[in-house]
Amino acid sequence: MKVKINGKIAELDASLSLLELLEVKGIKPGQAVIQYNGDIIDRDSWTDIVLKENDELEILRFVGGG
Amino acid sequence: MDVLRIGGKEITSRLFLGTGKFSSDSLLPGVIRASGVQVVTVALRRVDFDNPQEYMLNYIDRECILMPNTSGARTADEAVRIARIARAAGCGNWVKIEVIKDNKYLLPDNYETLKATETLAKEGFAVFPYMSPDLMAARQMRDAGAAAVMPLGSPIGSNRGLKTKELIRILIDEIDIPIIVDAGIGRPSEAAEAMEMGAAAVLVNTAIAVAEDPVAMAEAFGLAVRAGRKAFLAGPGAVKEYAEASSPLTGFLRDTEQ
Repeated sequence: MKVKINGKIAELDASLSLLELLEVKGIKPGQAVIQYNGDIIDRDSWTDIVLKENDELEILRFVGGG
Repeated sequence: MDVLRIGGKEITSRLFLGTGKFSSDSLLPGVIRASGVQVVTVALRRVDFDNPQEYMLNYIDRECILMPNTSGARTADEAVRIARIARAAGCGNWVKIEVIKDNKYLLPDNYETLKATETLAKEGFAVFPYMSPDLMAARQMRDAGAAAVMPLGSPIGSNRGLKTKELIRILIDEIDIPIIVDAGIGRPSEAAEAMEMGAAAVLVNTAIAVAEDPVAMAEAFGLAVRAGRKAFLAGPGAVKEYAEASSPLTGFLRDTEQ
């Protein structure tokens, strides 16, 4: 299954929820914010949304900035 | 106690810290301690899965107020989108609006910044627009519900100081919300000068981040901002064209003072 994560095509083996994807990627849930197909998704819904073919994700977090 | 009430909070440190460009985020705890800052700006970026790094917020004191910026936005719509994402990240409702299309001088687009300010203020954000120091634009930002306005002293990261001093002076005189001088301040003396003029606060990033000793420079900026603020509250004397003797001119050496 192909999905686009942060502008890059990624191949995923199984159907993962947003939360499971973060775990696979080694990102602590408290350190990220997710935009899923253009919508900002509340953390409460990260287990409910399961990725499907051609989904587009932006996984963002804070960095140093002025 | 000299308290700054701003964006629904009460703070006592009038130095705001930008957290970009530090050689390592691990410098930040020392910088924050040395300067006494209570407000820090952060940016929002894609997670780089190929280059995992310690999460930057782990270095920021939990007592600090986070002010995410909208850097990278070239339009009001993009700034609004970034602000909403930042709020969804759960770090409060403060946002610094930064809309920049000019890559050479990184000057802000006041018109797009105003549009973003209007939208976000209505959504309950405490909006801090970074702007060119234009009086009319600043009035419109205030009317749109900005929590403060943040005029630039000189281009971002230039360390050129308060080149826009006269325009900032007019904003301080005319705009009844806090004026926070942002961008370009390169030396503690310039931060002190902004505070002496009556700025509510200053935001410093590059000058601290690129100093040889960022922690010591952070302390110097903290002292300068406190000194400048104290001088403003003390009410500086008038500037005069000619000398006025500081010692009494009693004429015991000769009968007539010449």
